[in-house]
Amino acid sequence: MSAPNKSYDPVEVEALKPEVVEQARDEAIAAFAAAGSLDELKQAKVAHFGDRSPLALANREIGALPPHAKAAAGKLIGQARGAVNQALAKRQAELEAERDARVLVEEAVDVTLPFDRAPRGARHPLTTLAERIEDTFVAMGYQVAEGPEVEAEWLNFDALNLGPDHPARSMQDTFFVQAPDGSADSGVVLRTQTSPVQARTMLDREPPVYVVCPGRVYRTDELDATHTPVFRQVEGLAVDEGITFADLKGTIEVLVEKLIGGGLELRWRPSYFPFTEPSAEIDLQCFVCRGESVGNPDRPCRTCSSEGWIELGGCGVVNPRVLVACGVDPNRYSGFAFGLGLERILMNRHNVADMRDMVEGDVRFTLPFGMEI
Amino acid sequence: MRVPLSWLREYVDLPAGETGRDVAERLVRAGLEVETVEQIGTDLKGPLVVGEVLSIEELSGFKKPIRHCFVNVGDANGTGEPQEIVCGATNFQVGDKVVVVLPGAVLPGPFPIAARKTYGHTSAGMICSARELGMGDDHAGIIVLPPEYEPGTDAIELLQLVDEVLDIAVTPDRGYCLSLRGVAREAAAAYGLPLADPALLDVPPANSFGYLVKVTDPAGCDRFVARTVIGVDPNAKSPIWLQRRLQKAGIRPISLTVDITNYVMLEVGQPLHAYDKQRVDGPITVRRAQEGETLTTLDGVERKLAAEDLLICDNSGPIGLAGVMGGASTEILDPAAGPGTTEVIIEAAHFDAVSVARTAKRHKLPSEASKRFERGVDPEAARAAAQRAVDLLVLIAGGTAEAGVTDIAAPHPVRTITISADLPDRVAGTAYGRETVTRRLQEIGCSVAGADVLEVTPPTWRPDLTDPYDLAEEVIRLEGYDNVPARMPNVPPGKGLTEAQRVHRRLGVALAGAGYVEVNNYPFLGEAAFEALGLEPEDRRRRTVKLVNPLNDEEPSLRTTLLPGLLGALRRNIGRGNTDLAIFETGTVFLPKDERTVAPRPAVDHRPSDEELAELDAALPDQPRRVAVALAGERLPSGWWGKGDQASWADAIEAARTVARAAGVELTVRQGQLAPWHPGRCAELVVTGTDRVVGHAGELHPRVVKALGLPARTAAMELDIDLLTADGAERVNGPAVSGFPVATQDVALIVDTAVPAAEVEDALRSGAGELLEAIRLFDVFTGEQVGEGKKSLAYALRFRAADRTLTADEASAAREAAVAEAVARTGAVLRGA
Ligand SMILES: [Zn+2]
Repeated sequence: MSAPNKSYDPVEVEALKPEVVEQARDEAIAAFAAAGSLDELKQAKVAHFGDRSPLALANREIGALPPHAKAAAGKLIGQARGAVNQALAKRQAELEAERDARVLVEEAVDVTLPFDRAPRGARHPLTTLAERIEDTFVAMGYQVAEGPEVEAEWLNFDALNLGPDHPARSMQDTFFVQAPDGSADSGVVLRTQTSPVQARTMLDREPPVYVVCPGRVYRTDELDATHTPVFRQVEGLAVDEGITFADLKGTIEVLVEKLIGGGLELRWRPSYFPFTEPSAEIDLQCFVCRGESVGNPDRPCRTCSSEGWIELGGCGVVNPRVLVACGVDPNRYSGFAFGLGLERILMNRHNVADMRDMVEGDVRFTLPFGMEI
Repeated sequence: MRVPLSWLREYVDLPAGETGRDVAERLVRAGLEVETVEQIGTDLKGPLVVGEVLSIEELSGFKKPIRHCFVNVGDANGTGEPQEIVCGATNFQVGDKVVVVLPGAVLPGPFPIAARKTYGHTSAGMICSARELGMGDDHAGIIVLPPEYEPGTDAIELLQLVDEVLDIAVTPDRGYCLSLRGVAREAAAAYGLPLADPALLDVPPANSFGYLVKVTDPAGCDRFVARTVIGVDPNAKSPIWLQRRLQKAGIRPISLTVDITNYVMLEVGQPLHAYDKQRVDGPITVRRAQEGETLTTLDGVERKLAAEDLLICDNSGPIGLAGVMGGASTEILDPAAGPGTTEVIIEAAHFDAVSVARTAKRHKLPSEASKRFERGVDPEAARAAAQRAVDLLVLIAGGTAEAGVTDIAAPHPVRTITISADLPDRVAGTAYGRETVTRRLQEIGCSVAGADVLEVTPPTWRPDLTDPYDLAEEVIRLEGYDNVPARMPNVPPGKGLTEAQRVHRRLGVALAGAGYVEVNNYPFLGEAAFEALGLEPEDRRRRTVKLVNPLNDEEPSLRTTLLPGLLGALRRNIGRGNTDLAIFETGTVFLPKDERTVAPRPAVDHRPSDEELAELDAALPDQPRRVAVALAGERLPSGWWGKGDQASWADAIEAARTVARAAGVELTVRQGQLAPWHPGRCAELVVTGTDRVVGHAGELHPRVVKALGLPARTAAMELDIDLLTADGAERVNGPAVSGFPVATQDVALIVDTAVPAAEVEDALRSGAGELLEAIRLFDVFTGEQVGEGKKSLAYALRFRAADRTLTADEASAAREAAVAEAVARTGAVLRGA
């Protein structure tokens, strides 16, 4: 670069002639526009905007101009370089967008490929059904109580108003545990119901008592489509001042609405259980046929066997004798109790035709139920 | 109890259009469990008429006897001409009255009848058997009717072939409903109609010249009525109506006298027994058995009697098990096998319910009689029942009632129950009012006196009514459960689930989330299961709780481990073509206590003492809760993405860690050895910081895998949840997360193959000190380069300080300290050093 020179006339400098600068500018812009790829653009940039490009060379000449000429020449070159830079950036953006679009197309995959690499698990629907019922009651303020499956006969029978000669005791086909001497007189059985947990709860704490007792129970039935010797119950117990049959009805209605849905009729059938009086069986209107299959052979209903009703379970007002045996003052407190068979509810709620499927552990049965039901 | 609707209508004037289903619905709402309403003869269509056999021509030349008959059917065939019928049965003769079905009719099946050519003749209809008419299976032969019926009479009506039968499952508290009388009473109350009580009969008073009876055990037998009828025609048959009622009620007609006793039992609920008077030797005595006595009962079985058995005896010894079954020696005789019975003693007695129940159970002899006595029979019905039987014997069998009437009655205190008139209101939570309460109690046969406090005397047929709550139940039931309002109790605020319950849920969720499917197995097992697992003879798990009456004699024990059930489920799945499996189960096992005791049976009229309750619990086995998993096949499946991963011992151990994490407990894994695991691939699971072994995991022993028919390399884990969570989970303190950069350094150590990786990692951790943020084993290598009996373990160590950026020197110093500790503890050599 030459040193500033007072007599140096920019008009006389070839590279700083406006027509020359404008031509260099136009050539650069045209070259950028003509670049068909980022590589070509890069070459055009070196040629027209690099250190040795006409505009760069012209820019260097400015330094040698006399001070009064520098401003005009600077402005001329600056404008030209600005226009070129803008054109370069624009073309650069265009070409990058084109490249990106092409790469994304090339990278496309078949998203419908099956991807089941993570193994799927599931909880047993009887487990999750019990939890759903528990949660309904926990939300009302109940607690969940549990107890042993091998249970003292006294708690399974006697305390529940089922004395040794009570006819109902032979109705329940009980598994008896061998005594140390091998005889049947161990006083211990596989519990036939979860009611002993209720008895334990009353023996354990002062009223008010509000508990639900889920668990496995045992009867000497053979396994078939509608029976299993090992099955699950959820029983509930409320003992408080002034508890009545009306409280029982309200509670069961809430449970049914949460569990099955609203708008279905309940039928309260008088029945007999030694530990409640009055006792009732609860029937739920069949939610499949709503009773329209009854006496109508053209429209049979598998869910309710065309009976129109589905048995939900038994319940009643706690027999005061049970309260006495469990140390609760029957003159001050009363209670209600209910028991639900989970297998039957699962069959109805989820259209399970055969109880054996709940027992045999075939993963194909359990998987669709997922983590909650 | 099977109740024919036509019979029920005899005692309650039910509305004419009321169907069996309608009646059932009403009874169900009153508390009778009507299981089915059977429709009899619905597909039956006439003409079905009485015919008189005019001629029989035996056809020969066929494989079986064939008869060509002409039968007079009156005008039923429209012509009045004899009907030509070919018949394959032979138990009728000319002159007999039979049942004829004519062309155009339909028999149950449905089986339409048409005239057809057969055996060379025209057969225009059929002569019917009981089976063809749906009257029961026991008579294959033709029905021969009594001679009094006119040919052409409609037999559908005559044989009462169309009816509805309510089958009622009678609960133990409603013994009175094991009779038409009881069910009719309920129906009458349900419809608000009067009851025609069949037990309201004129009975002559007891006198001193009845059959001699002595009761030595009035507690076991508080009532004994005996009547005698002589001159009974042994050849008299039960009339059709009686047979039909018995058949519909499910009782097979046998002989007139026996049929009458059964009929009266069904009608009034009082079991009766009929003795052949001429076979009874002297007076009747009711007493307990003596040791060594035997009795051959009606079913021909000789029974050894126990001292508790209550007996009916004569001079010869026992002639009946009281309330259960009569003896063969005084049985009514069938005239077909010799001279029939002509003199009858009718017994209508009342026996103690418990005594009858125990005797029936002891001799495994549940009978129609014992079923009723066990549930309670009306002691005041005995006289009427005996009278009814006598009347029928006189009417149908042509007998003569003797004037003697035996009636031995132990004095009965009048049972009255005091009940506050508002008790039903307080139990139900609604207001019935005193008038309703009184009316309802009267409806079920109580006599009621008083105002605010009622003195109630229950009827004799309701021994189940013993306290005020029994009466409250009756009122509420009759007023209708549907009419009780629904209301919610005021439940005090609850505490939610316990920590243990939350843990149980979490670990189920965690395992399912990790790809395990939950199964529930029966807890029954036997020796074979322990053999298959290869348990040593002295293994504690072989000490089991045993059942007296197992479902399967091969599996008398309750499980002491979840594995047999779980591996069974695994095999079942594989057998069904489910090959890649990961399953889990949670549940209790049953471990007998060292000291086994018998559970006491405290009284129930007060709370047992704490000592008694402790004794109850002491008699129970320990029942800890376990979780177990089993895996086979591919744990991570192969696919288009590449190769998968076989399930292995490592997955089983990881499952234990998954469980522990869900429980908030840290597990340390140690090399272990326990059947049924592979001795070199078994981990012992220990709660970190303790010596508490909570379970085992790993690959199953190849012998076990083979014995159970499982795929090679099947893996399993079992741990005790109660032990795992015994200390509870520690509350997590939020870590201070450093924002300074991380310094990562790798290190490869060579150790003896036998050195557990966990020890090396422990050493590195403790040597590295506080700056170590994380450590990860990223490679395990064996081969020539590291030498025989050696393995190389490569770790990535991440260092970070809470308050500054670490210099390279600081990170290196920490790494060197870590290596030094590993060298010192495990004899490791730094690879490449
Ligand atoms: Zn239905």
